[in-house]
Parts: sequence; structure tokens; C-alpha cells
Amino acid sequence: MTMHTKTLKQLSQGLQTGEYSSQELTLAYLNRIQQYSALNSFISVTEAQAIAAAKQADALLTAGNAPLLTGIPMAHKDIFCTQGVKTSCGSKMLDNFIAPYNATVVDNLNAAGMVSLGKLNMDEFAMGSSNETSFYGTAYNPWADNTVPGGSSGGSAAAVAARLIPAATGTDTGGSIRQPAAFCGITGLKPTYGRVSRYGMIAYASSLDQGGPMTQTAEDAALMLQAMAGFDPKDSTSAQQDVPNYSTNLNNSLQDLKIGLPKEFFDEGLNNDMATAIETAVNEYKQMGAEIIEVSMPHLKLAIPAYYVIAPAECSANLQRMDGVRFGHRCDNPEDLNDLYIRSRGEGFGTEVKRRILVGTYALSAGYYDAHYIKAQKIRRLITEDFTKALESVDVIMGPVTPTPAFGIGEKTADPIEMYLADIYTIAINLAGLPAMSIPAGFIDNKPVGLQIIGNYFAEAKLLNVAHQYQQVTNWHQQTPKGFE
Amino acid sequence: MSLTTDDVNKIAYLARLGINAKDTASYTENLSDMLKLVEQMSSIDTDNVTPMAHPLDTIQRLRPDKIIEDNQRDHFQSIAPQTEEGLYLVPKVLD
Repeated sequence: MTMHTKTLKQLSQGLQTGEYSSQELTLAYLNRIQQYSALNSFISVTEAQAIAAAKQADALLTAGNAPLLTGIPMAHKDIFCTQGVKTSCGSKMLDNFIAPYNATVVDNLNAAGMVSLGKLNMDEFAMGSSNETSFYGTAYNPWADNTVPGGSSGGSAAAVAARLIPAATGTDTGGSIRQPAAFCGITGLKPTYGRVSRYGMIAYASSLDQGGPMTQTAEDAALMLQAMAGFDPKDSTSAQQDVPNYSTNLNNSLQDLKIGLPKEFFDEGLNNDMATAIETAVNEYKQMGAEIIEVSMPHLKLAIPAYYVIAPAECSANLQRMDGVRFGHRCDNPEDLNDLYIRSRGEGFGTEVKRRILVGTYALSAGYYDAHYIKAQKIRRLITEDFTKALESVDVIMGPVTPTPAFGIGEKTADPIEMYLADIYTIAINLAGLPAMSIPAGFIDNKPVGLQIIGNYFAEAKLLNVAHQYQQVTNWHQQTPKGFE
Repeated sequence: MSLTTDDVNKIAYLARLGINAKDTASYTENLSDMLKLVEQMSSIDTDNVTPMAHPLDTIQRLRPDKIIEDNQRDHFQSIAPQTEEGLYLVPKVLD
């Protein structure tokens, strides 16, 4: 029985009708995780807990009235705190950190009945676009040899693409759900800032971080977001907004949908094959009755400079808590308190994290605060206004997720700036706090291409509808990488 | 703007972040490159723009000043590197 290519929707039907049990399903996926461990997509596999949770799920399913996602396996990015389970955030600093509580997202998905199989690989503290900054080594892209899965949610994307799990959680600060989803040919949704609770999600840049689902299909993303989203009194920036039913409007017609294409998304920085792939996808929407309108994002180019002030500034503050005193790595035989801090942090953090802490510390230091931090916040407003202005005349904005398909391992590690610049199409959306998706839209040299769909604040249902309709007329999302069928 | 290795050492100290002496040069180069990237921001005038600290522009939510959680000191200290009698231990600060 091939269960591993099934979607959440299909698995739910199979479980609810008793075609198979959660325990069977859980064991089947655990076997695949072991079989394909060379992908390095998992940091921890929590077999015993998973089997126990599956047993509970089976009891609920037998009793009837079990929630829709009951018994379906999944896994969490290792940035979400999971009580009693190592939560490393991809860092040596937290290699010994057993989270003392659950993130709200983890509680929510447990309450929905999902069975967690473990914790997924990621760039250290979510800082990276290739998964190569992970203390546990990079995860691999199942589509091509020696190719990055993207980052920072690289393990999540690789594992879902290889069908080691039907769905995963991810987080997105500058593109960390959408870019790996694009590189690995899966569906990834970064919700509106504040839609999904950040409680227990280890903070990188708090005004940008947002958790979301990574799945095979938009229909599955709707189911998963339904369980993840909602107001959380434990998160001071959680949105006090009702959560709509994300599945009811999936089949709405796209007749007269207005799609904005920002001309700056298609300039000289974009690879020709990528431009062609995105145009082909947009044409598919035209066939469905959508209207294409050119829009402009005059400040887009400044998104990366502004991000590389704001994100490091916030990270330098957030990562102060990693000090070797209350949890995490502590150096041996500290001479005094300063030595304890300096060596614990020096030993615990990797190079990319150190770079960003240093830049952030500099940007926030006396004399540079206005020139860097305040300036970046002003540019953040200009970028946001570009988007909100465009969204007054269109329903969604579309474009590429990345300038090229997935790059090779080691290809961009020598020049960090080159790696940063590749996030041009995703970073601006985090600065604005808008929701956006990446959906599979073809291949270039057998590597997946992602189409980005950006919507207005709290318009996740619209994005899911637009994505689902595309997945009704294309089968890119159903492709499985060779060797993982 | 370019930084010197002295600048980087000073910033690293401010961040209480240990850096191997052999890596200081490459951090200095990386940071200078990042600051060059950041300097592109000065290409536009933002004098009349209000800084945006947060995407939702909301006010800080408050809650009633009531105890909502039990003390979990032992639970939280069970993962601490070093504790004694309910206290976190650090090297001696005062003689």
C-alpha cells in the first residue's frame, strides 16, 4: 500500500473510514524516514512518542467524532518548542536543550490530533537560505544531487518533497517557508504576521517571524493552517481576528480575478528560464479568466538592505538570552561572568549567526541607530506602501519566489552577500507583514520552480483559493522526486 | 563604510560574543560588505517618512494583573547548566 504519496485530505479519509490505522500510517512513515535518512532532513526522530500518539489517535478514531487531521503524521521544524523533546533550532547552542513547554502551534496541532514524528533540520536559528548553516549539517534536496533544499525550513521542505511526511511546520522571516518550498517543489504558506502564534517559536526577528504550513497541496495547507491559526493570549503580537474557514472558498471561480505583476520582479536579476516558467504559470491563470495588470514596487531593491538592518538588530536582542546561565551551551571552567558569556556564546553560535549578531549590535549602537535602524524602518514603511497601494487595484500579486532554481551545496557559502541577494522576491513581503504562498509551477533542468502568490492582510483564504485552482489544472504538485516514488 | 579588526573586536565584546582571532579578518570583511549593502538605503530621501516598527501598527495589548501560571522553577531549572538551592549559579561577581 503506497500511503506516502497521499495528501492530508486523502489520508484523513482513509483514517476516518478505517481503511488503515494511524499506527500503520505512523510506522510506514517512520520506515521511510529511516530508509532515506541520508537526506538529513530530521534532527530528531521521536519514534516512541509518535507510536504512543498514534495509539491515542486510533482510540479517538474508533470512538468516532475525531477531528479531521486525527492520526495523520507530520513533523515540526526544530524551531518550535516541544515539551520533553530536544529543540535545537539547528544550533550547537541548544543541542542540549529539552524544551520545558510546547509552542502554541505544537499544542494546536496536537489538539487537532496530528502525530508528530520528530523535529526537522533547519539553518541555525533560521538564519540562512540553504540549510547549510545547520549545526547538524545540511539537509539535501531530493530532486537533484548535491543541491540545497533551501532554507531556513530546508528539512521541512526536503522531508515533505521526499514524502517522508505528508506535512510539516515551517517559519518564514525573510522567505524561509516559501524559498525551500519552491526549491523542493511543495506548497508553502507564510500567513499574515500575527495570524499564527509565535509563542514557543524560538525568536529570530520578532517583527518578521511567522509560522506556517508546508504541504503537498493548497487544499492541505488550508487544513493545516486551520489548525495552526488563531488568537493566542500568550503572544503579545497575535492578531485578534476571527479565523475563517480556509477550505470553503477553495473552489471559487477565478473569473475576473485581478493579478498584479510587479515589473521589478521581472528585471535583469531574474534567470530567463525562471521568467519563462512564471509567465507560463500566469498564462494558465489567464485561461481561467484572470486579468493581468502591471504594478510597480519602486522601493523593492531597498528591501534587502533594510532587512539586513532590521533582522540582525532584532536577532542581536533576541539571542542575548542564550548566555550559558539558564539553559543551552555553557563553556567549561569560566574564569568570571564575562568569560562565561563570551566563551559560551562564542562556542555555541555558528558563523552566520555571529555575523548577524555583530551587524545588529553595530546597527543598534550609539551613533549608528538613526542612520541605520531608523532609516531601515522608514524604508520598511515605503516598501509596505508599495504593496498596499498595488493591492488596492489587484486581488493578488504574483511573481517568482527565487531568481533561479535550487543551487549547489557550497555554491554560495563563500559570499554571504550573494546568498542574501537571492532573497529579493520574498524578503519585502515579511517587511510588509503580508501573507504569501509558494506553489510548484514547473521545472528547470529537473529542479522545481515556485510561483509566488501574495495577498492582502488576512487574505489567506483568497491565496489558498487561487493556489488550489491552479492545482486543479496542473500536476506539478503531484510530482515525486526520482528514487522517492 | 569599512570596519577595522579593532571595530569588530569592540562590537564582539559589546555582544559578549567570542570570536577566534584567526576569524577576525573574515568577519571584518563580511561586516564591511554587509554595511556597504546597507548603505544603499541612503540612495533615497526618507525625511518625511514615519518609521515602521511593526507590520500591524497595533498598540501593546494589556491583560489583567492576575496570576495565571504556577511557579515552575524546579521544572525550568532542570535544564540549567548549574543551579544550587533554587538559584542559577554563575562565577563569582563580587569578592
